Amino acid sequence: MKALLRAVVTLMVLVAGWQALVWATGLPRYLLPGPLAVAEAMQRQAPLLMVHGLTTLAEILIGLVAGVALGGISALLLARFRTARRWLMPLLLVSQAIPVFALAPLLVLWLGYGMVSKIAMAVLVIYFPVTTALFDGLRRTDPGWLDLARTMDASPAAILWSIRLPAALPAFWSGVRVAAAVAPIGAVIGEWVGSSSGLGYLMLHANARMQIDLLFAAVLVLGLFAVTLYAAVDALARRALPWQPDTQPAEDSNP
Amino acid sequence: MLAPMLAMTPLSVTISRARLTYGGTRLFSDLTLELPAGRTTCLLGPSGVGKTTLLRILAGLAEPEPPTEVVTDDGRPLAGRIAYMAQQDLLLPWLTVLDNVLLGDRLRHRRPGPARVEQARALLDRVGLAGRERDHPAALSGGQRQRVALARTLMEDKPLVLMDEPFSALDAITRLRLQETAAETLAGRTVLMVTHDPLEALRIGDRLHVMTGRPAIMGPALEPAGPVPRRVDDPDLLAHQAELLRRLAE
Ligand SMILES: Nc1ncnc2c1ncn2[C@@H]1O[C@H](COP(=O)(O)OP(=O)(O)O)[C@@H](O)[C@H]1O
Ligand SMILES: [Mg+2]
Repeated sequence: MKALLRAVVTLMVLVAGWQALVWATGLPRYLLPGPLAVAEAMQRQAPLLMVHGLTTLAEILIGLVAGVALGGISALLLARFRTARRWLMPLLLVSQAIPVFALAPLLVLWLGYGMVSKIAMAVLVIYFPVTTALFDGLRRTDPGWLDLARTMDASPAAILWSIRLPAALPAFWSGVRVAAAVAPIGAVIGEWVGSSSGLGYLMLHANARMQIDLLFAAVLVLGLFAVTLYAAVDALARRALPWQPDTQPAEDSNP
Repeated sequence: MLAPMLAMTPLSVTISRARLTYGGTRLFSDLTLELPAGRTTCLLGPSGVGKTTLLRILAGLAEPEPPTEVVTDDGRPLAGRIAYMAQQDLLLPWLTVLDNVLLGDRLRHRRPGPARVEQARALLDRVGLAGRERDHPAALSGGQRQRVALARTLMEDKPLVLMDEPFSALDAITRLRLQETAAETLAGRTVLMVTHDPLEALRIGDRLHVMTGRPAIMGPALEPAGPVPRRVDDPDLLAHQAELLRRLAE
């Protein structure tokens, strides 16, 4: 409850600062609209924001699910098979040296203007954090547990499934948190490069027509998606790991 | 109370001419230790002498060098016939107490049937944890967690039990209580217990060996009289303690 109150206060201070900036600079509405103007645009253009918002939301969610699944499977394969480690690890590292956003035009060229190229973009930015987080977690199993499992005649598959994977879940979920934070960026960048729908498309469109209040409204909707998504993933992670003690530092949880 | 579960006749195990070198240092090169059937053998020695290493060889967790030989009295290899308990309880925090006791079944892809679950409950009862089956390890004290580990070890029901300083992380009173539970529940099994505590060895050991030096040599067996667990104020025990401390200090 207190956290909610703090969030509301922070939000109010930010909005007040925004309004103060508008007054202080005296910038015209088509360069820097005030919070009221944006709220008005949001209300006026609600159907439009809704349609484009849904497109982007679908891209983000599908990208998140697909990226997390692909990353999770890759990490398990890497942990389980030495051959997979030998061949895929260098590939994984090299792929990180390429700025994935630079691939966006190619993706649009290959996969078209529709949602698929945006989903692919989101998957690309999600894949690496999830894979490395889970793989690191799988490699850091308490050696005492592994010793115990070996004395119990456990097969490597059983050890992976019953010990290493559950032990790596906290690491996996922190990877998913990162993924949830970057997925909206991936989707919107894909939309900027080429699309006919989505919040990114709406932003470009509004920008070109000097509808800056609509541009701001679209950014706000995107921000709302990002925050909600992160909170949802965080709640999910806590539910999935009830045995995990809260890792918040002590001075953070005390008022 | 649960009837003794000893399905098998106790096994006697001998490791002889054991040799192991770590990074150019020979830990031991001609070490022999006999673990008589159905008895508890305690292994004492200064820290770093190689007690854990010797136990890990028997557990199949460390590879000895030739001419090391591990011989059982039934002639079959030891692999798959040991239960292992370490200084840390090694409980899995995401499993309940009951599922931790049943971990071996799960790891061997055997879904524990009602009989096994009943057995696990009975063992938990026997180590004094009835009613805590559904709890997670985080809700238990250090002593209770080590009791769960003991129940898990007994659940494995293996002919040879290997314990590496199982109670050394516990406070003195908790340790005394656990020694009693362990002595009662392990009675009739072949046990090797490594410990650095002479009193612990004297309370629950049938045969005590002191391992010293580098390369290490195995001292002769000391066999205190009387049934285990022995009382802390047993005068015989106190006399032996002085002797053990003298051997340890050599
Ligand atoms: N895996 C290992 N690699 C290298 N040295 C080791 C390893 N395990 C143990 N040692 C060394 O072997 C010696 C004996 O260790 P250990 O058997 O644990 O002694 P103890 O249990 O008697 O205290 C120590 O000096 C230790 O540093
Ligand atoms: Mg040791």
